Order: sequence, then structure tokens, then C-alpha cells
Amino acid sequence: MPYQLLRFAFASKHPEPRMFRTPERLKNAYDAVIIGAGGHGLASAYYLARDHGMTNVAVLERGYIGGGNTGRNTTIIRSNYLTPEGVAFYDQSVRLWQDLAQDFDLNLFYATRGHFTLAHTDSAVRTMRWRAEVNKHFGVDSELVGPDEVRKAAPQIDITCGGHAPILGALYHAPGAIARHDAVAWGYGRGADQRGVEIHQQTEVLGINVEGGKVTGVRTTKGDIATPRVLSAVAGFTPRVTDMVGLRTPIYIHPLQAMVTEPMKPWLDPILVSGSLHVYVSQSARGELVMGASLDPYELHATRSTLDFVEGLAAHMLDMFPFLSNARVNRQWAGMADMTPDFAPIMGTTPVEGFYLDAGWGTWGFKATPVCGKTMSWTVANGRDHELIKGFNLSRFERYELTGEKGAASVGH
Amino acid sequence: MSSRLPTVTGEWIDRSRSVDFTFDGNAYRGFAGDTPTSALWAAGVHVLGRSFKYHRPRGVLSLANHDVNTMMQAGARLNLRADVESLEQGMALTSVNTAGGASGDRLRILNALGGILPVGFYYKAFHRPKALFPFWERVFRRITGLGTLDFGAPHIRTPKRYDFCDVLVVGAGPAGLHAALAAGRAGAKVVLVDENARIGGSLGYQRGGSIEGVEMLRDLERDLADLPNISVRPGTLAAGYYADHWIPLVDAKRMTKLRARAVIVAGGAFEQPAVFRNNDAPGVMLASAAQRLLYRYAVKPMDKTLVLTANADGYRAALDLMAHGVAIAAVADLRADGEPSALSMRVKQVGIPVLKGHCVLEAEAVGDRLVAATVCPMGADGKPDTASPQKFACDGLVMSVGWAPAAALLYQSGTRMRYDTTTHQFVPDHLPEGMFACGRVNGVYALDSRCEDGERAGTEAARHLGFDTPARNFSIAPERSSPSHPWPIVEHPAGKNFVDFDEDLHLRDFHNAAQEGFDNIELMKRYTTVGMGPSQGKHSNMNAIRVLARIRGVSPAEVGTTTARPFFHPVPMSHLAGRGFNVHRETPLHSRHDGLGAVWMQAGIWLRPEYYALPGKRKSDIVRDEARAVRSSVGIIDVGTLGKMELYGPDAGAFLERVYTAKFAGMKPGTTRYAVMLDESGVVIDDGVVARLSEQHFYFTTTTTGSTTVYRELQRWNSQWNLEVGIVNATGAFAAMNLAGPKARAVLRKLTSVDLSNEAFPYLALREAEVAGVPARLMRVGFVGELGYEIHVPADRAAHVWDALMEAGQGDGIRPFGVEAQRLLRLEKGHIIIGQDTDGLTQPDEAGLEWAVKVDKPFFVGKRSVQIVRKNGPRQQLVGFELDAIGASTTPRECHLVVRNGAIAGRVTSIAWSDTLGKHVGLAFVAPDMTELNSPFFIRADGGTMVQARVVPTPFYDAEGLRQKVMD
Repeated sequence: MPYQLLRFAFASKHPEPRMFRTPERLKNAYDAVIIGAGGHGLASAYYLARDHGMTNVAVLERGYIGGGNTGRNTTIIRSNYLTPEGVAFYDQSVRLWQDLAQDFDLNLFYATRGHFTLAHTDSAVRTMRWRAEVNKHFGVDSELVGPDEVRKAAPQIDITCGGHAPILGALYHAPGAIARHDAVAWGYGRGADQRGVEIHQQTEVLGINVEGGKVTGVRTTKGDIATPRVLSAVAGFTPRVTDMVGLRTPIYIHPLQAMVTEPMKPWLDPILVSGSLHVYVSQSARGELVMGASLDPYELHATRSTLDFVEGLAAHMLDMFPFLSNARVNRQWAGMADMTPDFAPIMGTTPVEGFYLDAGWGTWGFKATPVCGKTMSWTVANGRDHELIKGFNLSRFERYELTGEKGAASVGH
Repeated sequence: MSSRLPTVTGEWIDRSRSVDFTFDGNAYRGFAGDTPTSALWAAGVHVLGRSFKYHRPRGVLSLANHDVNTMMQAGARLNLRADVESLEQGMALTSVNTAGGASGDRLRILNALGGILPVGFYYKAFHRPKALFPFWERVFRRITGLGTLDFGAPHIRTPKRYDFCDVLVVGAGPAGLHAALAAGRAGAKVVLVDENARIGGSLGYQRGGSIEGVEMLRDLERDLADLPNISVRPGTLAAGYYADHWIPLVDAKRMTKLRARAVIVAGGAFEQPAVFRNNDAPGVMLASAAQRLLYRYAVKPMDKTLVLTANADGYRAALDLMAHGVAIAAVADLRADGEPSALSMRVKQVGIPVLKGHCVLEAEAVGDRLVAATVCPMGADGKPDTASPQKFACDGLVMSVGWAPAAALLYQSGTRMRYDTTTHQFVPDHLPEGMFACGRVNGVYALDSRCEDGERAGTEAARHLGFDTPARNFSIAPERSSPSHPWPIVEHPAGKNFVDFDEDLHLRDFHNAAQEGFDNIELMKRYTTVGMGPSQGKHSNMNAIRVLARIRGVSPAEVGTTTARPFFHPVPMSHLAGRGFNVHRETPLHSRHDGLGAVWMQAGIWLRPEYYALPGKRKSDIVRDEARAVRSSVGIIDVGTLGKMELYGPDAGAFLERVYTAKFAGMKPGTTRYAVMLDESGVVIDDGVVARLSEQHFYFTTTTTGSTTVYRELQRWNSQWNLEVGIVNATGAFAAMNLAGPKARAVLRKLTSVDLSNEAFPYLALREAEVAGVPARLMRVGFVGELGYEIHVPADRAAHVWDALMEAGQGDGIRPFGVEAQRLLRLEKGHIIIGQDTDGLTQPDEAGLEWAVKVDKPFFVGKRSVQIVRKNGPRQQLVGFELDAIGASTTPRECHLVVRNGAIAGRVTSIAWSDTLGKHVGLAFVAPDMTELNSPFFIRADGGTMVQARVVPTPFYDAEGLRQKVMD
């Protein structure tokens, strides 16, 4: 048993300090204000303070730390994307992930499990080969494998998927991992807090002051503050924040749902994704199967659950794993996914000076948390886009230079 | 050593039928109607399971459906709730998550390590050194989880049902029964569900030494029987609430999806444990659990007990237990003034000592069984006064200190709840339309009041729905004293004061979490995992809220609750999945293909013949031969999976000009034209052939996989543009086959009277004529590059026409060909397949389709984007290529990359060996400056082998198209 735990036995009082302070009130002015204390916002704050020395920063959160999509996603981390921009970006992210727990001194349960994207049709096999080739080209560990490799990694799977969607192959991505999502937000929050960043929970942004095309301040439920820099990192709430500065984005909000079973003894080692069956599944450290599917087909700014979602996902799970008939679904939930036309994020500077956008993360934002924080903090500190995110700027839509990641989204949309 | 009592009035067991079963390998006998828990407790087994984290012994806590410490496994059935599951003959039960069974669990060593495993310990360790984490992860994965899957278990398919009613009543206790009767008497169609095996709720077991409740239940059951419009469904769980009163009702056999017009939640309340040291020892249980043991299963819960209470229910439990031979050591009442009702007198009269203002400081267990409990006064500040503790020897300790509303469905429906300071619980404050609540969940506890409240809710629901029943004034008396104590919590410095029994969280964990900054309820939940276990906080959330409120010095109202999401109780995957329908479509010629040995492949939701198998022949040879038949003689392919649309109206031509890139308004009737569809960003999304049948009538095809989306898009556009045009999706109404090859005309001529000569029926023309006596639409097409006729006939006559064509072609060696041969044939012609030779960003110019895009039209979808993108020039270009080395050992495959100077310059979209041409040909995206004819480029094939290819013009075969336009 690791020695780190022994101190708990010998301490008369619990030896752990607060992870984050609760500041009494907002100051009058900050060098930067970050809206949203999810993974992305807190990571940006963390790297702003750590790498750029900008510590007079407020992170404003309407709810609580990590309560949005950070705490609602299915925690899959991978870099097997389709475009060079995407691959390079996510590869950097995976590399950051791998050292994050040591960086934070907080165990994130970062578990490298291997990630299989199953192909049930010959056209899916072609897409998987394309992704594998692009990945390999950039040094990312992906390959197209046959059904036997899938069976080896998950011997329990019905390789025919009930006879109607036989697995013809898969894109195997060895670095695919899962992590404890909440702890990521806490780790970044703690690190930012230790460096002087203020995290204000239950503080809602009501408006952003823009004068002469420049950001000058933020109005909140806890008072007004002056700041020359505002970073919006609010996922499904993005349209409400961009409205405050009069910015139009092509983002539309769809619910994304997930569900989890009761704990059972671990049996599923890899992460499995099936686009045809609309399933992604992994088994958590607690022994629960964490499962998701495709976006709800309608726009909705709410996190309500639907019954047909669990019905459909359960049916497809049983196609893959018929023996799960007796397993029980414990809970379902939903998040709001901010979708873009090309399934790539919108990051960086905007036409409003001092207003920075980190949005359009749709269904894949969690895995980008570290690199997003890295690049957005650089962008906010330097006032121009970081090299890695130039392909993701909002202006690409005007220039018709889309970054097509639709084929790499984990399941159909 | 049986604790089974003589017959108890109202018991659920059938003593005439004994049931033999085993638990952890030991044999026991119970009765039909028992649960594993009741039968084991009757047999003197008090360790029914082990806790999740510390592997502490656990016995009966709630004997309801929300205790995971009595989870068991029976063969393939995992995580069974032994408290409520029906005991079955021959059941072989095992405890869950133990090493060596519940009583001898070797993992109990974890209990001794509790000191170094505080809340969130796993976030603080195991990540250094990094290289060792995978080792620790494997350790965790061995000890985590609950039940075990049986990978050989069958796929259980449970049909679902649909149902509807006027009023759904959830919970058949006194309030729910009265609500159902009131609504039923008003004429409403009522469904009354209760998760328990029998209705009655607390009437059956919270007796207080009287059988009034049992008699009331008997009367109510009689009343129910008189009302055929009330459907009573015990053993049925309302598992969640979804928008517009859509409720899944889950029973042992299936899920019924019910749409109610109104919902009355009468689900009662969960009894809540008190917190004190070792409050999880086997023998410590909720009063309601002890009463259920007594009255449902005729099991004496213990010999001697202490009763810890803070309400009238505890006094009733004391009387019930005493009436069945349990010695009562004392009643310890947390309230300084004790019980205000007459119950306190009754308890005194039977000689039970009552200690007012007293709490339990700790329970003491020896050998996994409770042996004593220590009681001391409780100060006004909620802290124990440990100066003069009293120790009572007892093998039982029943707790009745408070309740938490079973309000999950109310929360899910959007009910606003408020914390009521007279009853110390959350109660509905504002109910959404059509939602009603009554009884304990509504903060009403006295039996008479609950009945009255049920009447009220039933009447209101009926009136809300317009049933003609008189409005009444209901007077529901306020509670005389709170059924719940605001602070049933005693912190023993030595710990093990459990708050969450699922997750093994004790009081100190909450203090420590708050100290670390997790001091709002959502963060506390996520850090401690309180309420995240399978019981979803049913017996832990309320105490967690009280603890956090006290830490922060605020009221529980300010702390608030976490979100209650479905499900109320976990639901088996088989129930949710149902029969597991998977849609696929077959063309009307499916059986013909089967007869010919078709090997099926999926194309969207369609099944299509990939090729037709022949004994002893390899696929590659067959495909080659099928293609050769088309080139040399005649072949036939079923193309009925294409989307087929009819368009009528004066604006039909104008409509097509808007949705497709080419011009159609000026087309002559009797002609066809290739059509490309773009999305608004100018990306190619579909293609097909448009035929004009008459001035106001077009018929056109879409791709197989695109038909549904295209049809939906067209309807969307049509509703926006409001043109005078009607669209009919005729995909299923028509069958279609393509007869292709030099002999096609000769074969078809035998079956039709229409003039097929090239002058009368030229390439790209359309004729309506009879084929084999069936009215058909004939189109001269050239997809596979030979003389060809696409023959569209009504679906129900398709087989007849196919048979006639096959017979007519017999002499010419007609051969059916599949998708694989068609792919090869079209590639030889350089024809693209949307989705294979294009992707999510492909502009028409990049795919060589600029000839089909008429930007001199005023408008078409994607036009503006095409014009802007054209200014920037293409990013890539689709070209034809052939491989230089014939018979090279490594052949590139589709989606292998084109590489130039070490950078990605494109990819192969199609490639095949062409027997006709004697070489590999293909299509590839390359950089715009790589399109020069005959220029070489490299493809990185499997294993990194670089294969040289050369840009060549398309079509590869019959460049002038003479064959498809061929003269007589």
C-alpha cells in the first residue's frame, strides 16, 4: 500500500487542505475573466497562471466546479482523428494527459485501455483505414485491425452483433484511455487556486461590456468587474454568451445523453465504439459500464433525459453483449453539446478584441481539456492564436476553410 | 434455531409450500412468499452481505428495494435485491463481492485499514511512480464491482407493452389507495401501481399493536374490486418520469410504457437511518424493516431490542415487536419532550422504559452480530452527553428517527420542492400541470390525514381531467409533531458512524470533504460519492444534506438537493431493450436473389447482393465473370434500392433547379439528366438521375443510402419555399433493374413493343411502355458503360418482370451481377460513388463535377458557397490513375494515402484490378498541382510500401462512350 496513505493513519486531524478557496467577493478588476469553471476554463486558468504568470484572473461559474459537460461526459481520451489539424492537436492533448496526474499530484485514474472503433460495413472499414493512415503518418498509434483482434481484446463480444451487424474490422488506437472526469476539473482548479486565481462559484455572468469593439468588463450576479480579456468556455451555453458581445457563431445545441449500469466485477478492458450501433462503452474503476450514443436528433437547450435513448442504447448493447440482459441500468443523464458544421471546435480570437472563444466542442471536449487550456491560455496571454489552433478560428466559416472531422466523431450524428 | 413466528394475520408467506435454497453453499428452507432475506433471517443467518469498500458485515437494514448490502447473485442473475426478490425453489444464492462468502469474507481486512482510506484516498495515492499505476489499477479492478456476469447467459428478449390511462397512481399505500378510489369513482380510468408484491403499503406492517390498518386494507381492496375501471398492479415499478406523463412501468416480466393524462405520486417515504458508531452492525435496522419482517414474513427480527426513535412510528414499532415476543430494553427518544400522543402512555403501560432526550452513542458487535448498544443524553445542540452512558445488552436495535420523501418522479417531472421546517423534509411546492402528490411524499403522516390527502389528490386529478365530480373541502390537519428529527446524528470520535451504507461513507468523510473545499451538495456528492451507489441515496442523501447544512451553518433548504434522474430503481437491460428490433429493407426481388445464391451485404438499411456465389468458385473470380458478362453479353442488376421520388406540379421544374445544380426547367418530356445535390456549404451530398415524364411530372432517383435524408431535406425546402409542387417518396412503390450489355436491346426487345432503336430511343431518353405486360418506365443509362436500360416497374410486379428478362436473356447468357461487379464496371468508366469518392468536405469541382454545376442559374442550394470556394481554387482534385507496376506484390487499398515529399497529398478513394483493361485502375484525391496527365505519384500501401501510380484520363474504358450510346 503506497506510503502516501499512511499519513492519514497517523494524523490526528485530516491532513488535507482546501483544494479551492471560496473568495469573499469579486475584485473590481482582473487581468482576465474566464467564464465557466469546467475543465476547459480551469485548465486555461491554470496554464495562464503557471505558464504565463497571469494570476489576477477570475473564473466565474454559474453552478459549481465541473458541473457541466466535464462531469457529464463518458471520459474517453483519444487522438485518432481525421484531419492533420485534429490529429496534431489531440496528440498533444494525449501527451499532456499522460503526465497530468503527476503534474497535479492528484490521481486522475488515467487508465490506458486501448480504443476500438468498430466497423460493421465496408464503407466504415474504408473510413477506419483512412483514419489509421492519417494517424500513423503523424506518429499516432492507430491501425486497422480485423475481427480477430477485436475478439482478442474483448473475448465476450458477439462478433456478429446479433447477426445483423457483423464486425468487419476496427480502428485500434492503443493510447485510448479513460480518466476520472471530476478529478480533472478539481486538479486544474486546485492548481489555479494555489497560484492565485480566484474561482467564484454560483456567480452568473449577466453581460459583457464592449466599448469600441473591445472588451472592457463583465456584469455578474455578484457585481460588475473591469477586465480587458474574457474567455468564454461554457460549452452548451455558448450562444448565450456570444449574444452578450453580439457575435454570431454557427453553433447549434443538441442534447447528448449517457447512462450507467450498476457496478459489476470488471470484465471489459478496452473502450469500444460502434458507429453503426450508436454505442460507446467502457467500464469504470467502480465497475460500472459507462455508455453513450449519438446526439439527440433535435436542437434543445436542456439536459432532460428521454426513455427512447435508454431503450435504443440497451438494445444495441445487447446486440454486442447479449449476456448483459440481466445487468441493470442505474442512471441516465444528459449534457448540452455545442455542435459546429464541420464537427471541429471554434477556438481563439474573435472579431471582438479581448473576447476569446473556446467552444464548439460538441461531444469530444473532455479529451481536449489539457491542450485546450495550454493553447487558449497562450492565446489569451499573447492576444493571437496559438499555432496549434489556427485551423479552429471562428473566421474559417467565412473563409470556407472547414476542418472536416465529421468522419472521426465517435458515432453518427 | 428458527425465528419464524406462528401464523401472523396478513402474512405473505404460504406455509404449505416450503422452498429449498442455498446461500454461499449452505442449504436453507423457507416458504413460498419469502424473500431470500426473510428466509435467511428466519434461519438465523444475520450476515447477508459485505459492504462495498470496507467489507463490513451487513444484515437487514431496510428490507425494502433500496439496500445494496443484501445484494446477492443467483446464477446468471446478478445484483439481486435479496430484500424483495421472490424466493424460488432450488435457488443457489451467493453473496456479492466477497472473497469466500459473506460470513468468511477474506477482504474484511479492508475494514482494519479504514484509517488510511479516508474519503477520496484514491485521489491522493497510487499515481506515483507513474509506471506503477497500471499495477494498482489491476488491483482495484480485482476488488471493485459488485455482482459477476455470466458470459454464457442468453440474450433475453422481453416484448414491451404500451398502455394509457387517465390517472396513474404511483404507490398503493393508504394515500394512493384513496387517491385511486376517488379518481376511479369519478369515472377516470385509473392504473394503480406499487413496487411491492402486494398493495397496502404501511397499512400492512406499521400496526402499532392494532389490526385496524389490516381491516382498512381489506375494505379498500373490496372497494377496488367493485371498480373495474381501476387496474391494480402490484409488483410494478414506476421507474422514471419523462416528458408529458410518459412512464415506464417495470414488472418482473416486462416494461410497459404508459402515457397518463395525470399522475398522482403517492410513493410514500423512505425511512432514514440514525447515524451513530457501528450503526451498520447486523441487528441494527430500520423500524419499518423489523415490522416488515414481523408482518409480511412472520419472522421475529431479534430477541431483545433497543428502540431509537424520534416519532410516533418508533413507539408503534415497539408495541408491534413486544406483541410478538421481542423484549424491549428501552425506547430512546431523541426528543427532549418525548412522544406527545397517547402512544407514549401505551408504551409505558406495557412496561417499556422510555428515555427522553436520549441518543444511541454506539452499537457493539461481537462475531458479526450486535450484542449491546450504549445510550446517553443528547444535548440541545445535538451533541451527545457522554458523562453517564447506559449500556443495554441487545441483539437488535430498531431506528425510527425520520423519513425522506420518495420524490424521484416528482423531481423528474419538474416539481419545485421546498424544505418544510415543521416536518423537516422536502415537500412539493409547485407541481407541474397534471402532477399531483399525496401522503407522506406530500409531508402528510397521520393515517387519517393520509387517507384524506389521497381523496383530495384523486378528486383534484379527476376534476383536472374534466370528470364530473363535486369539488370538496378537504381539511388535512397539520402534523402534531415532526415525523423526522432534524439531527438524528451522533458523532462518535472513534468513527464508523455510517451515513451512506452503499458507499461505506461515514460522518468524518463529510467533514473531510468539506475541509477540502467540497462544501456544496453537488461537489460533495461527486467527491464522497454519497448517493451514487445503486440505491441512489435513498437512505443517505437526507442525512448528507443535514450534515453539510450543519458544517456550513445553514439550513437544509439552503443546501438543496442533487438532481434526481431516472431510474428510480435500476432496470434490467433486457426490459429496456425489449425484443431488439433491427430494421432492414429488402427489395421485391429478394427471394429471386436468394434463389440465385446471392451473398448479401448491407447498403444503408438495405440488403443487396454483393455477388452471386457459385460452388467451387472464389469471390474474385465470380465478380470478374459477372463484370465480363456485362461487357461481352448482357447482365442484370437489381437497383431497386435507389431512392425514387415523384414530383408533381407547375413549379416542379423550378423546384428541381433549386435543389440540384443542373438545369431542369427546359428539359423535354421523355428525357433524363444527371443531377448533383449540394448542401449549403457546397459539399456534394447526393446524386441521381432526373427524368421528365410530362410538363408537370418528374421522376428522379437518389443514392441508396441518401434517399431518406434527401426526401426529408426536400420536404423541408418545400415547406420553406412554398412552391406549387408535391413530392412523393416512391422508393418502396417501384422496383428497378438495370439491364446492361451489348445484348441488352435484343433481350428487352422480346418483352416490349416500344421502338428500342437508337433513333427512336436514344441514350438518356425515357419511355413509358409495357415490359412483359407490366407498365414500366424505361431509361437509357450508362452507369456501367454499356448499352443499358433501367427498368422501373410497380414493386408488386417486379418478380414477374425479372423472371421474364432472365428467360428472355437465357439464349444470350444473361447473368445477374452484384454490387461488387457494378463497382468495378463503373470504376472502369470513371464514374464516382458519392460517399466513397467524395467525403464530408468535397466540393463538386474537386470531384470533377463542375460540368454539372450551372452557376448561371439564379439560385441553387450551395451556389453561393461554390462561387466563394471557386475563388480560392480547389484544395484537392479527384483524378484517375493506374498503377505502373503490373502484378506488384503490394497493391494499395482504398483510403491509402497519397504522399509527396513526406507530406499527405491525398488518398485513394477507389481502386480495383480491371480484367478488361489488364491493369489496376483507381480514383484518388491529389493536390491540385498533381493533376497533370501521366505525372507519377506515390501511394503509401500496407506496411509503408510506396507504390508508384500515374495520373491518367477517365474514363479508363471506352473513353468516347460509344458503347453506351451504341447504334444498331
